[in-house]
Amino acid sequence: MHFEYNIIESDFANAGKASSEIKKTMKQLNIDAQKIKRMVVAVYEAEVNAIAHAFGGTIFVDIDSEKICVLIKDSGPGIENIELAMQKGYSTASAKVREMGFGAGMGLPNIKNNVDDLDIKSEVGVGTEIKMVVNFI
Amino acid sequence: MKIKEIAQIIDAKIVTGEDKIEREIKYGFASDLMSDVLTLDEEEIILITGLCNVQTIRTAEMANIGVILFARNKKPNEEMLELAQDNDMIILQTKNSLFRTVGLLFKAGLNPVY
Ligand SMILES: Nc1ncnc2c1ncn2[C@@H]1O[C@H](COP(=O)(O)OP(=O)(O)OP(=O)(O)O)[C@@H](O)[C@H]1O
Ligand SMILES: [Mg+2]
Repeated sequence: MHFEYNIIESDFANAGKASSEIKKTMKQLNIDAQKIKRMVVAVYEAEVNAIAHAFGGTIFVDIDSEKICVLIKDSGPGIENIELAMQKGYSTASAKVREMGFGAGMGLPNIKNNVDDLDIKSEVGVGTEIKMVVNFI
Repeated sequence: MKIKEIAQIIDAKIVTGEDKIEREIKYGFASDLMSDVLTLDEEEIILITGLCNVQTIRTAEMANIGVILFARNKKPNEEMLELAQDNDMIILQTKNSLFRTVGLLFKAGLNPVY
């Protein structure tokens, strides 16, 4: 199964819509509740990041009998130091993002905790690709 | 603790989910930072917050949290209520500050997540 969703820069009103759709699809497929939660929390964090820190992008979802793979590609500004960004508490969130309840610097560490495989590729001035996998077996 | 009792202790209004007030809650968690909420494994909790926007509801949805209590007299808007109802949530609202709300519930025996 393959789905795609668009995410728009600074569109906080719709942040979480794609994650919510993915949650519903996983439920319909009778996937284990713990695995649904782990994937959905990770996707939501990454979706909010693409809206808050990047210029929007696309979410690609692939589900088969063994795993769910979610790839989020955004169009910049990229992350200069991924290791630093992965540290708990590190955040460059704007005042507006903080007002929305984000900017604790917990999103990326949260994603890492929840998924079985995480691959982040980023190029400054180009964009960020974050690939997350949760295995069913 | 039952939702009904929680509402009594802090003099809260039940904004939506009146039919579910007999439900039992094990723990309370208070935060205005959504990524903190998203670190929790526990699900039988009440989220106590002063952050009142659609992301509060989305966060609860993703974390499987069924009860949200807004302190400091924050009122959820139509869009938030609709989303809460779609997800079968209970929403409470109190005029008390976050500090007083949490203090009263802790004193009454509601357990912290950690
Ligand atoms: N898609 C992205 N594009 C550019 N920078 C990013 C992206 N995702 C994360 N970052 C950078 O990494 C930092 C840490 O991200 P992380 O998700 O851990 O925390 P946060 O978004 O700042 O706060 P929180 O997720 O707790 O609400 C961000 O503040 C930002 O500087
Ligand atoms: Mg984040």
